[in-house]
Amino acid sequence: MTKIEAKRNQIVISGVGGQGVLFVTRILAEAAIGHRRPVLTSETHGMAQRGGTVISHLKVGDFASPLIRPGAADGMLVLKEENIAAHRGFLRPGGWMVVNAREVADAPGVVCGQIDADDIACQIGQPKAANVILLGFALAWLDGSNVGLWCSRRDIENIVASGADRKRAEDLAAAIDAGYAEGTLKKNRNSKHEARNKHE
Amino acid sequence: MIANERGKKKVTERKLMLGNEAIAAGLVENGCAMATSYPGTPASEILAAIARLKIDTGRPRHVQWAINEKVAFEIAYAGCMSGLRTAVSMKQVGLNVASDPLMSAAYMGVRGGFVVISADDPGPHSSQTEQDSRLMAMLAKIPVLDPDSPAQARQMAKLAYEISEAYEIPVMLRPTTRVCHSRQDLPPAGGPAEEAEVGFKKDPSRWAATPKFRLQLHRALEEKLDALSADPRTAPRLLNPDAAGHRAIAASGVAAAHAREILQDLGLWETLPFYQVLQPFPLHRSFIDEILGKYSEILVIEETTGVIEMQIADRQRVRGKQDGRVPSVGELHPETVESVIRAFADLPGHAAQMPTVPGRRPTLCAGCPHRASFYAVKKAAPRGIYTSDIGCYTLGLNLGAVDTVLCMGAAISQAAGFYHAHRHLTTRPDIVATIGDSTFFHAGVPALIDAVAQQVRFVLVILDNRTTAMTGNQPTPATGVGACDEPLSAVDIEGLVAGCGVKFCRTADPYELAPFIALLKEAVSFSREQGPAVVIARHPCLLDRRRGPSDQEPVQVVVTDDCDGCGYCLKHFECPALVQVKGEERVRIDPGICSGCGVCLSICRNHAIVAVDSGN
Repeated sequence: MTKIEAKRNQIVISGVGGQGVLFVTRILAEAAIGHRRPVLTSETHGMAQRGGTVISHLKVGDFASPLIRPGAADGMLVLKEENIAAHRGFLRPGGWMVVNAREVADAPGVVCGQIDADDIACQIGQPKAANVILLGFALAWLDGSNVGLWCSRRDIENIVASGADRKRAEDLAAAIDAGYAEGTLKKNRNSKHEARNKHE
Repeated sequence: MIANERGKKKVTERKLMLGNEAIAAGLVENGCAMATSYPGTPASEILAAIARLKIDTGRPRHVQWAINEKVAFEIAYAGCMSGLRTAVSMKQVGLNVASDPLMSAAYMGVRGGFVVISADDPGPHSSQTEQDSRLMAMLAKIPVLDPDSPAQARQMAKLAYEISEAYEIPVMLRPTTRVCHSRQDLPPAGGPAEEAEVGFKKDPSRWAATPKFRLQLHRALEEKLDALSADPRTAPRLLNPDAAGHRAIAASGVAAAHAREILQDLGLWETLPFYQVLQPFPLHRSFIDEILGKYSEILVIEETTGVIEMQIADRQRVRGKQDGRVPSVGELHPETVESVIRAFADLPGHAAQMPTVPGRRPTLCAGCPHRASFYAVKKAAPRGIYTSDIGCYTLGLNLGAVDTVLCMGAAISQAAGFYHAHRHLTTRPDIVATIGDSTFFHAGVPALIDAVAQQVRFVLVILDNRTTAMTGNQPTPATGVGACDEPLSAVDIEGLVAGCGVKFCRTADPYELAPFIALLKEAVSFSREQGPAVVIARHPCLLDRRRGPSDQEPVQVVVTDDCDGCGYCLKHFECPALVQVKGEERVRIDPGICSGCGVCLSICRNHAIVAVDSGN
């Protein structure tokens, strides 16, 4: 597994209250600590957690401010497609976006991965697990690219397992797997597509 | 613990800690023996984290959620009068409630260290105001520390205790939302420090001072402030001493963190001297002399008011809020700080800005009992005046069942005010106040006694979900459980209401919608003729982990072909589980969101929402 030890990473996690944005933020932040890298996050608490727009900023590396400036984020995990309009301004040129949506979002200038995490969540009988499915997807989809995350699927599975009882840990692992499988599929399809294009 | 690539376990030395957890760790590591609070965003997790430390280690000896911030303050203050290190935490508007004891405590001072944590909310993200607690410190004449990060907030808890004891003065720690709700990798909480020996020593001329003695105490307080503004431990720090230039920047709090990063990113670190102010009040005299002696222009960046700025007495050379360079309203986002710094440093280019796109508005959860209560209020008093209060149920706004929200407890006093204003009219509007159980305890009770004495004709609906829901389900005095889940006495709301002198007090479950509406109608007619009527709408919050197993089976509901897409349920019930897919006329139930409360079965005028197993 390729691991990118870039000096600084800035990721936005965007969704609405109740989708588990904070949970994903915490897992990714703990994974950074596992790799002995300094981490700063900023989270939405309070009234917005009742179904309103929520956003987490996650900065790994040598930073002082907990907030990401517009045009500076390397990537964005989007749990609610409608947030793209409000939050894509955080992405730097050429940044990536992984979106929970039915169809691929129209986002020119952005490397965009898409998964219907809500649908998969229902299929695996965990309707609230779209957050972890999206995370699993991102791990696979970004793996090996030069903009990959700072952690492996294994790191994430270990963190998830350490903080939960057995049943919950199994559920979470299954959700990560489901997302990961879809991410691998999409990535391979893309690379085949690219290879074919090169050929032609 | 986390396994590395080879699967070998290694212990991580650092722990991901929320700013509020870092503050809790800082307090307990430094001998905090009593901690009190009333929940409020962004401060709530401080006491919750102290409670977890107490469950693990038995310390501090007393940890409690108090009925309100004033009571919390006074309990913790008596602890420090007894020689212990204590702390009280709250959000900024909570300090308004606790301002009475704060002003006096500043005069009388402390024996054990006393830290007052008032968490500000520039934005505001989850507050009624953007007020700057540092101004309250100024008003009370106590020092205030302004941390830039969870790590610094933790260090400042220690510093606060040291200077509190050195000068026998309460010390304010003022984190903002971006400190409270940031997470950072920090060393895990150390063991609790030894607590001081307790013993209240009588000294009536100090602890019960009459006005004559208060004058002396005030004089002594000014002397303390004078000494504090020269104490090197809290002096501003020049973070880039090699930088040379005729202009300088001073900043505090998280704005200092933004500025530090931006100065480095913009390549200004070597040319723009940058001071971080740790203690915005009292501002160090030598610092003021130094910057006015060395620089032709000084930019001050701070949230939310220009507290540092106003203490640097040179209007010609200070740039900041007063000359409009730094916004006085709203959170100072890093892009705003970048714009301000670029302009100050005459740097070409501009900071990228975010588009202003309206986000999704928050809403009551699917299955929230408040939704049923609000629906019933509108049915029982369709043209009423609806006063409400602070909590999740402020979101009754979305249902058109909330006309006013002022501050904690005001639903009842404002209802009284509207009654007195309109009572000469031949057709008076019905007045229905809604207040949560925790808010009723906090500040509603005196207002209700007043309404009884003044014969105010209104209905009070106490939305009793058995918890303080908005801030993370802290217990109320009616819960009978403490901050560490220890059993306590439960106060009976019905008995309290009766004790206030209310003659009509009935309790019902709003999930039983039809009888609940009937009860509210009865209360409305009682209130028109006789005076205050109270209805306690009791159903536990669905998010509360203390909630026992429900005796009601979830109701599986579907929408039938009878739905004509009129949108009535979406507008007047606004349950997030009722969705209308683009291009479809019919409303659908989102099974991933639906809690199965079954209340919506009585909403649809076409009876198109039905239970699956009811045989319909």
